[in-house]
Amino acid sequence: MTGTLKEIACHVVDRARKQGATAADALLREDETFEVAVRRGNVEKLKEAVSKNLRLRVFLGNRTAASQTSDLSADRVDRLVDETVEMARLTSEDESGGLPDPTAFSGEVPDLQLSDSTWDELNAEHRIDLARRAEAAAFEADSLITNSKGGFFQFERSRTVLANTVGFVGGYEATAGYLATAPIAESGGAMQQDHWFTITRYRDRLDSPEQVGRRAAERVLRRLGARRVKTCQVPVVFDPMASRTLLKHVFDAVSGDAIYRKRSFLVDQIGEVVADKNVTVVDNAHLVGGLGSSPFDDEGVATQFTPIIENGVLRSYLNSAYTGRKLATRPTGNGNRTASGGIRVGPTNFYLEPGNDSPDAIVGTVKSGLYVLELIGFGVNTVTGDYSRGVTGLWIEDGKFVYPVHEVTIAANLRQMLQDIEMIGNDISFKGPVAAPTLKIRNMTLSGE
Amino acid sequence: MTVPVKSVFLQSYGLTVHDIENYLSAALDRGGDYADLFFELRINHSISLEEQLVKTATKAINLGVGVRVLSGEKTGYAYSENLDRENILRSARTAACIASSSTSGGKIGLSAPAIHEHDLYSISVLPAELKIGDKIALLQQADVAARSYDQKIRQVQASYVDETRHILLASSDGRLVCDVQPLVRMNVLCVAEDNGNRQSGHQGAGGRRTLDVFSEALDPRALAREAARQAVLLLDARPAPAGPMEVVLGPGWPGILLHEAIGHGLEADFNRKRTSAFSGLVGQKVASELCTVIDDGTIPFRRGSLNVDDEGTPTHKTVLIENGVLCGYLQDRLSSKLMGAAMTGNGRRQGYDHVPIPRMTNTFMMAGTSSPDEVIRSVKKGLYATHFGGGQVDITSGKFVFTASEAWLIEDGKVTAPVKGASLIGDGPTVLKKVTMVANNLQLDQGVGICTKEGQLVPVGVGLPTIKIDEITVGGTQK
Repeated sequence: MTGTLKEIACHVVDRARKQGATAADALLREDETFEVAVRRGNVEKLKEAVSKNLRLRVFLGNRTAASQTSDLSADRVDRLVDETVEMARLTSEDESGGLPDPTAFSGEVPDLQLSDSTWDELNAEHRIDLARRAEAAAFEADSLITNSKGGFFQFERSRTVLANTVGFVGGYEATAGYLATAPIAESGGAMQQDHWFTITRYRDRLDSPEQVGRRAAERVLRRLGARRVKTCQVPVVFDPMASRTLLKHVFDAVSGDAIYRKRSFLVDQIGEVVADKNVTVVDNAHLVGGLGSSPFDDEGVATQFTPIIENGVLRSYLNSAYTGRKLATRPTGNGNRTASGGIRVGPTNFYLEPGNDSPDAIVGTVKSGLYVLELIGFGVNTVTGDYSRGVTGLWIEDGKFVYPVHEVTIAANLRQMLQDIEMIGNDISFKGPVAAPTLKIRNMTLSGE
Repeated sequence: MTVPVKSVFLQSYGLTVHDIENYLSAALDRGGDYADLFFELRINHSISLEEQLVKTATKAINLGVGVRVLSGEKTGYAYSENLDRENILRSARTAACIASSSTSGGKIGLSAPAIHEHDLYSISVLPAELKIGDKIALLQQADVAARSYDQKIRQVQASYVDETRHILLASSDGRLVCDVQPLVRMNVLCVAEDNGNRQSGHQGAGGRRTLDVFSEALDPRALAREAARQAVLLLDARPAPAGPMEVVLGPGWPGILLHEAIGHGLEADFNRKRTSAFSGLVGQKVASELCTVIDDGTIPFRRGSLNVDDEGTPTHKTVLIENGVLCGYLQDRLSSKLMGAAMTGNGRRQGYDHVPIPRMTNTFMMAGTSSPDEVIRSVKKGLYATHFGGGQVDITSGKFVFTASEAWLIEDGKVTAPVKGASLIGDGPTVLKKVTMVANNLQLDQGVGICTKEGQLVPVGVGLPTIKIDEITVGGTQK
C-alpha cells in the first residue's frame, strides 16, 4: 500500500467503519534499524532494514477484535480489515469495551524531544568503529579478560501514527542509539561474563566507547573467583541494574490488568502503607528524552505523570481505557499495543525516586551481607508476592566488598521487601523505561551451601 | 532431479525461481562465500476467554524475506516486508556489503530436493483454516470444568493460539526447500481464593497438529481441572525450604532442567567462540553414567519438531550426552562450517527479521530402570518437584535457575506436605554428575515451551523421566 503512514491509518479506520465497525483505531509504525556486532575486533554481523507494521483494533458495540500485519499491500490490508470486523462479531459483549472517552484524547503535552536527527551524521563506518572501540577498551583494561561476546552498536528510528474513528490523528518520531560490550574474564579455569551499555535518544549523550568498555571490564573482573556462601538471613543491597528488576515487579503488581483480575499482591490497597515511608514510585511519561516517554499512548490517551507510591502509601494503579472502566477510574495513558494489535497496560518511565545516600555509604552500613549484581530466573509470583531468584553478587563484610558470590538464591515476599527498603541511593540512571537507584533491603533469606 | 515446488510464495506472491536466482546472485555480488533467502509467511490467531466472556480474537500476518550473506565468520543481513523486485534486490545488496572482494556472484541454478526427508506434521486442515467457533467451544469447555472443580476457583482465563508458518529457503548452493509448519496451543490459568489468600495454577498443551491434539489427557476439561487443582493445592502450601538437599524431579516438563543446565551450553555458537562453560568438554564425563540426553527434532507432531530447520537442513536426532559422556553440539550452518562438524538441523530463527542461530528442538533424557516409587522411597529428607515455571542460564559461568510451581516435601521416603514455589539453582557442567537414580517413565512435556535466546523466541519441547539429584540448592525461605 502506498501513501503516508497517516493516509494508511485513516484509510484503515474508514474501511473498518464501512464494514460495520462502530469504532476502530489503527497504529502504523515504521522502524529503521541498524545493528552491528563486532567480535575480537572483526565485524561479525551487520543487519539493516526498514520495516512497517499495522496494528488494528475494531469494535462492534462492546465486542472487539484486533489484528496485525507486516504485509501492507492494499489488497491484504483491506482483506484483513474485513476479517477483523468479522472476528469481532464472534466475541462477547463486554460492557467495559470501547475506545477511550473522547475527553482523554486532548491534553497539554510538553515537547518531549524524542528524536535527534544528528544520528544520520554517524555513518556505518563510524557505528562499526564505536562497537570495535568499546570491545577493545574492555580487552585493554586487564589481561584476565581473555574473550568477548562482542561489541555492539544498534540504532533505531521509529515513526508512529495513530488514527481512530472519533477523529484522533497523531504521530511522533523517536530515535535511540545503544552501545554495549560483553567481555569474558577467566582465572583458575573458571569463566565469568558481564556487560555494560549506554542507551540514549541523543547522539551527543552516548557515553564514549572507552567508558563503556572500561566499565564492562570492571564489572566482569569483580566476578572472578566467585564462590558459594552458607545459607543465612542477611541484609541485601541491590545494584541499580538489579534494583530496576524489583521496580519491574512493582509495575506488574500495579498494572490495571493485574488489579482488575485480582492477580496482584497490591489489590485493594489504595491509601494503605505498602512500602517504607521513604519510598516514592512514579510513572512519568513526560521526562524529556525519556526512553519511556511519549505524547500519547497507543490508544491516543494523553500521557501524564502518575504518582504510584508516595512516602510509602499506595496512591494509584496504572490503566488503559479498558482497565480504567473495569476499576471505575480514568485511564492513565499507559495503553500499550501488543504484537497482535490489542491493548495491554505498560510502563512509561516507571521509577523509584532517588534518595540521599551514596552507594558507598549504603554498602558501608552493612556488617555482613550480599550485594546483588545480577538476578536470573523467573521465581516471582505477582499474585502472592513470593520472590526467589538466582544471584551473582559480592559479599560484604564490615562495609567492604570481600569476594564475589554465585550459585545462591535470595528469597522473601515482595510485600515485605517493599516495607524493608532501609536505604535508597542517590544514583538513579535511566537505561530503559524502568529504573531505580541502589536499594538496601533489611533482610532476606540467602540459600547457598 | 528437479521437482516443481509448491509454495505459497511462488503461487500467490508472484515470485519465480528465476527471480530468486537473480536475488542470490546479487547477494553474492561482493564476493560472499554463501547466501540464502528466507521467505516467511506466518499467520497467527488467538482467542481469550475470561470472566466467562470471549474478550477478544486476534489475527496477525507476518510476511517478509531475510537475505543473508556469509563471508568467513561474518554475516550480512537485511530484510524486507515488501516482496517486490526492487525491495528484495535492495536487501540483497545491503547484505552483500559484508563481503568486500570484487568477485561476482555468478549464475546460480536452484533445484528442489526430490522429497522431504521428514513429513512430521501432515494434517488435513491447517490452523489458519480452522473455524473460530470450534476454538471458542474448547475454551468454554475449559472454563466450565475449572469453575466446577472447586468453589474456591474465582477466576479462569483460557486462551488459544495457533500458527501456520510457510517458509521457502533458497541458497546459493542451489537448494530450494519449502515447508508448512502448523502449531496450536491452549493454556488455562486459574486463581483460587480462600480468606484473602490467593494462589494461581496453570496448565497448557499443544503441538504441530490441529484441534485433535486437545483430546484424552489433553482435553480442555482435563487441562482446566489440572490448573484448578494446582491453584487450590497451593492455598495450603507451606513456605519452601532453603539450602542444598536431595531433589526428585517428576517426569515431563521438569525436563526444563536439561534445557537450562546443559542444552544452551551445548549450542555450537557459544562453543565455537569458547564462551560456554562446556567449551572443550567433548569426550569428557559431564554426567553420571545413568544419563543419556538427546535433542530430537524428528518426533512427529511435537511442538519442538521441524521437517527442516530455518536454513533448510533436515532435522536430526542428536545425542548430546551418552552414558554421561559429552558427545557433541547443536549446530547451525555457520558454526558447523567453522568448526568442521556436520550440521545437525538446529539452525533456527524467530522469523525473517532474524539471523538463524543454533537452537534446541525437543531435548530429553532417556529412561532408566528404577521405578518412580523406588526413587521417592530412597529419599530421607528432600523435595519432590513436579511442575515448573521458567528457567534461565548464564552459559559462561554455567549457573542455571529453574523455578518450581508445584513441589512437595519428602520425609522418610514418603511425599508429605506441599510447599510454595521456589527457584532451584545449580551448576550446568556438574549437576548431572549428581544424578543417582533415573526411572523408567520418560515423558515428553505437553507442548507449551518457548525458548528465548538473543531476543529470539522459538517453540521447543523437553522431556524427563523421574530422576533423583543428590544435591541441588533450593531457594526457599525456611531453614
